[in-house]
Amino acid sequence: MKERSTKNRYNFAAVLSAVVLLCCGALLLNPNVNAAGEGKISGTVKLSGTAPHMRGIDMSKDPYCAKIHASDPAHMENVVAGSGGGLEYVVLYISEGLTGGALTAVPSDEPVFDQKGCMYTPHVLAMDVNQKFKVTTSDQTTHNIHPNPNPMTGNIPWNQSQPPGAAPIEKSWKAPEMIPVQCNIHPWMHGYFSVVKGPYATTDASGAYTINNVPPGSYTVTAWQEEYGTQTAKVTVAAGGAGSADFTFKGK
Amino acid sequence: MRTRLQKWTLLLGAVAFLALPLVSRAQLSNEQIKTWLNTPAATSHIGNITGHAPDAKYDYRRYCVGCHGELGDGNGENAKWYDPPMFPKPRDFQLAVFKCRSTPSGTLPTDQDLFDTIARGMDRSTMPQWSTFTKEQRANLVAWIKHFSPRWQTEKPGTPITIPPEPEVTPERIKAGREVFARVSCWKCHGVQGMANGPSAATLTDDLGRPIEAFNFTTGARPKCGDTDQDIYRIFMTGLDGTPMPSFADNIKPDEAWDLVFYLRTFMPQHSKERELAKQLNLKPVDPNAPAGQQ
Repeated sequence: MKERSTKNRYNFAAVLSAVVLLCCGALLLNPNVNAAGEGKISGTVKLSGTAPHMRGIDMSKDPYCAKIHASDPAHMENVVAGSGGGLEYVVLYISEGLTGGALTAVPSDEPVFDQKGCMYTPHVLAMDVNQKFKVTTSDQTTHNIHPNPNPMTGNIPWNQSQPPGAAPIEKSWKAPEMIPVQCNIHPWMHGYFSVVKGPYATTDASGAYTINNVPPGSYTVTAWQEEYGTQTAKVTVAAGGAGSADFTFKGK
Repeated sequence: MRTRLQKWTLLLGAVAFLALPLVSRAQLSNEQIKTWLNTPAATSHIGNITGHAPDAKYDYRRYCVGCHGELGDGNGENAKWYDPPMFPKPRDFQLAVFKCRSTPSGTLPTDQDLFDTIARGMDRSTMPQWSTFTKEQRANLVAWIKHFSPRWQTEKPGTPITIPPEPEVTPERIKAGREVFARVSCWKCHGVQGMANGPSAATLTDDLGRPIEAFNFTTGARPKCGDTDQDIYRIFMTGLDGTPMPSFADNIKPDEAWDLVFYLRTFMPQHSKERELAKQLNLKPVDPNAPAGQQ
């Protein structure tokens, strides 16, 4: 009886050490944990056809805002297309194929959403789930920041004031969602917090983007534009290599 | 000749299309909600009273279901007759976003907050004062409300804000409150005389895009979340979630908050010391165009 229990103990110890070894090995070998071998996905997003007319914004409700744009009126930013057809503020993210660390790692940098000239800069702020971001104000007028997510996703709506000189508001979101954000005091102020899982990018004024820190693998990349919805493309990234995907949204 | 599959696809497509406008944010099934009925989250603690959700079943069926609906989603059979902003739509308990809270914006209210709201009712809406219920009935209803949303299963209520003791009303405090009113731009919606006619008042909508009105201080109506000085303090410090009214907790210091409460009282037609003092001071409405700090 005694002999048997000793044997059991040995067995247990053997299994335990095997598990520990396996775990360490997995940690060391896991290609998704950081640095070496990470590639990128880049490309451009364009608009075909004529870009829709973006209305000029009448800011006369608030003389402070109107004065800033007196010589150069601000326009809506729902669709911002450059001269070469490049589409700005399109969010690109990996919707399928990510596993392990690449999916759960949270970037440590804090993207900033500024209120400047009674407009949101940038119009669309992309971020990872649980990544901290900052809302700042450069304006000498009071704003309220009112993101409006669907509480059923796990993202809870809030609404905070930010008078001139107020400290930045630091927040994060729990779930992937394209969250509209608005200022009720200046009803033309409208933008998005684009919360996605894993590496992401936003297109610049020429429609170009680069998603960094992509581990090797085969992925589905999704491009999201607030008016035109989503498009997807299949991309393969080799270790340390670069994949590419271009997208074209059709003007309405 | 269409195949059977094509016909069915068309029919289902048509049904889905017609159902589209009915889809609200909350879409929990009765089966899903039932699973939360006997969870620890579906209880409430008000002082030494403990409320249990199952005990509120018949009161909810009799008194609440007509507006708030079987699923607590605010789609009871009466709901469609309410036209905002004159008559706000019933609260959707599945979203668990509440106006009247002692807790910061974006957090769940305390049991006491919900308990008080049931007794207080909602002024300028069809929600009456349910002060006829016993405290036990109300505590049970609070627990019942909490069984409709998954949020209560995973989240804790926020930490209530601290309201310091109310200071003495003085002319200086009323004048200081007028400065706060100008600095944080209350007038942009509520108007320089508190008449809800500020430049941004006309475009206000709630979180579901329905029109909503700023509070008009001058009609004698009661503020939505209570009419004591402490209630008014709490309203602008925590904000009314789901509405355009933001939280000012980060931008108004507790002492300044009392100044603002006193200044807001000067707009309200009810007799008050604040109103008397404002008359003696011959206070003018704030000037929207004055530079910061020069009211």
